[in-house]
Amino acid sequence: MVKYIVKRILFGVLTAFVVATLTFFIMNLVPGGPFLSEKAVTPQAQAAMEAKYGLDKPLFVQYLTYMGDILHGDMGMSLKKRGFTVNDIIRNKFPVSARLGLLAVLVSVLIGVPLGSVAAYNRGKAVDNVIIVFSTAGIAIPTFLSSTLMMYFFSVKLKILPSLGLQTPASYIMPVLALSLYPASYIARLMRSSMLDVIGQDYMRTARAKGVSTFKSIFKHALRNAILPVVTYLGPLLAYLMTGSFIVEKIFTIPGLGSEFVAAIPSRDYPLIMGTTIFLACLIIMMNVLVDIAYAFIDPRIKLK
Amino acid sequence: MKKTIAILMSTVMTAAVLLSGCGNAASNGAAAGAADGGQAAAAGTSIDVQVGPSPETIDPALNSAVDGANMIIHAFEGLLKFDKNNNVVPGVAESYDVSDDGLTWTFHLRKDLKWSDGSDLTAEDFVYSWKRVADPATAAPYGYDLLNMVKGYDEAEGGNVDALGVSAPDATTFVVELSTPCVYFDKICAFAVLVPVQKATVEANGEGWSTNPATYITDGPYYMTEYTDGSQIVFTKNPNYYDAANITFDTIVWHLIEDSNAAYSAYQNGDLSMIKDVPTEEIPSLADNAEFHVEPIMGTYYVTFNTEKEPFNDPKVREALSLAIDRAYVAGTIMQGTYSPATNFVGPGVSDEADGSSFEDVTKQKYGDHFDTSNYDKDLEKAKQLLADAGYPNGEGFPEFSYLTNDAGYHKAVAEYLQSAWGELGLKMTVNIQEWKTVTADRREGNFEVARNGWVYDWDDPSNMINLLETGNGNNDGKYSNPDFDKAVDEARTTTDIKLHYDKLHEAEQIILNDAAMAPVAYYNDFWLMKSNVKDTWHSPYGYWYFMYGKIE
Repeated sequence: MVKYIVKRILFGVLTAFVVATLTFFIMNLVPGGPFLSEKAVTPQAQAAMEAKYGLDKPLFVQYLTYMGDILHGDMGMSLKKRGFTVNDIIRNKFPVSARLGLLAVLVSVLIGVPLGSVAAYNRGKAVDNVIIVFSTAGIAIPTFLSSTLMMYFFSVKLKILPSLGLQTPASYIMPVLALSLYPASYIARLMRSSMLDVIGQDYMRTARAKGVSTFKSIFKHALRNAILPVVTYLGPLLAYLMTGSFIVEKIFTIPGLGSEFVAAIPSRDYPLIMGTTIFLACLIIMMNVLVDIAYAFIDPRIKLK
Repeated sequence: MKKTIAILMSTVMTAAVLLSGCGNAASNGAAAGAADGGQAAAAGTSIDVQVGPSPETIDPALNSAVDGANMIIHAFEGLLKFDKNNNVVPGVAESYDVSDDGLTWTFHLRKDLKWSDGSDLTAEDFVYSWKRVADPATAAPYGYDLLNMVKGYDEAEGGNVDALGVSAPDATTFVVELSTPCVYFDKICAFAVLVPVQKATVEANGEGWSTNPATYITDGPYYMTEYTDGSQIVFTKNPNYYDAANITFDTIVWHLIEDSNAAYSAYQNGDLSMIKDVPTEEIPSLADNAEFHVEPIMGTYYVTFNTEKEPFNDPKVREALSLAIDRAYVAGTIMQGTYSPATNFVGPGVSDEADGSSFEDVTKQKYGDHFDTSNYDKDLEKAKQLLADAGYPNGEGFPEFSYLTNDAGYHKAVAEYLQSAWGELGLKMTVNIQEWKTVTADRREGNFEVARNGWVYDWDDPSNMINLLETGNGNNDGKYSNPDFDKAVDEARTTTDIKLHYDKLHEAEQIILNDAAMAPVAYYNDFWLMKSNVKDTWHSPYGYWYFMYGKIE
């Protein structure tokens, strides 16, 4: 198992390297640059700015310098958030996004898994139908719509929840719900179908035949097997939710990483584009490794090699 | 029911196991916590406003944006400043003298000036700050525009910063020597880039000095007490400011909101007293609302023709296209009255020679309006005639062309309008929508036929926009070139006679209007929402709001 993990980490490093290299060159292929603005600056000022940030050097030299710096943990200065290093930005904003994201994942699992299981156990009955309708709606409704509607009712009309920032615990309610709507619905559907599979298995019938209680049959036998697809989904979900959602952050004015990730591209903030992309890539790789390890704990039949 | 509870319980436990199993990254992230926000001011009066999202910078030398400037004018004060009527008045300099040749400007600073940290502010601080703006290592975007007329600027820009013609003969005297006269140099001295910054803190903290409350030492009405990127910046009254007794709000909270709908919601539920970003779809419902304000800012929305490409090298063709635009309809209907129809190139808010006069009014008196927006049909007939004269009767034989724009604000709607308006002339135009940086790059490289363009003035002098059409100007995207025009703007630039300066600029404006060097479409306005209980704040044609003397009743 240790050997497996080491191997996965090495592959992860390689993947991150490829991601970094591709991003670097693709980003430089896009027209326009960080210092191009509506108001033309003099060629001297342009040259001075480029020299200051090393953008006057040949692209390959810039690439080598960047890769050298990043090996030392230095992701450079942001070009469009003057005065902040990319490390600062990630350090300040990732915890905000991560906290929201973790809460959203927790809420998704707490809602999705029971709903899916209940639907499966009541297959074809009214409860099942209601859950299916709601989970389909949850998947179909885009986040910007659910966020805006919540904002309109709870913040503008009823004035019971704050509309800006994350100053109070109540501020978390709307963003977390908005973030969990889709994953909770998706998990409910995943859970329902895998639970149906499991319920139909011979060992479940055997368990019931020999008089195991419903509680025990679900808890000890069914859930453990049925949850595997959900675990697979949780890895990338954690990574995505923890790096923040551009839309939710924008609507609720949350200082998270998601908006930096998106805003860096139109402003051609090269170091920030690189920094956030590499960070997200590493996080996804890490989460996937963790999910693989979690498999081994949940299902002892899975051997990590 | 029992079953459901059982499932629920088991799920909670599984989830707990899973999450705790999910390793270090997750738990570190959650535990580390973040400075996500501060608390509003504890006591005293405070105002909560929104003038934009997180500013790119609030380092005066590096700033080139209006939202950043709005914050800077509340934190810093330069030699001179603007009053409520947009006239230049003394700032930290209580008076100044100009030599007869217009080349030596001597400023006399107030006595006992202090920085927000309590240390003394002297003329040496101005010497440092101005040199910093000229220094290539600072790479200030406005360095050239503001200081190119100062003696020794070229050498300073080349790296020999001490060559810049600024000096401090004593602690309260600051002298600037110019290489060419500049009749609007007083306005430059009131510009938010040329305010003093404290050498010690800037040099010790690098670019990061302006993002940290501890090192953002100011000399104006406020200093910074919180900077939470993406959330809010809090300014607190500076007790060391010379006019602190008259400053009213104890704190100003700048809410850094990106989304106009979010800003609007926060305004509606009373969290904010003023928002600049009003969602455009709400504007029709706000027309009769006393809290909704529309006021001019200095700027013009216009269409650039690539004069190096046929058939746009023909002034008749350009004038025909320009006259075919129903400016009153564009500004009033398409832009929902948030813009005003352009009748010339230079619009409201820009001054003329006399104090309080308007360049636009003088144009109207001297030459009359170039576009008669009340009689569009007549202009359209003229447009058709001009097109026929240029050899394209009813648009026959006119090549299909494209209009380059990005999709923000009303740009796309205007593009679609132009498509139909020019369609009336029998012309076929396609709309080419690109992302903003691509539009800017293509426009600058001449990689377009017709393009959206616009300009908001940096300072209150018509030359700031008229000069854009000068041969070789970096913003002359259409590569228009006319020696008579170049001569007129050059004379305006170098004269010491303020009357001649404006006369020449009027002459230059008429040349580009008659040549249809570009097609002015509309004048910019700021439109915003402000609660009616906010009093004594004002808005200037620069796009700045002045909150420091305001109050909430």
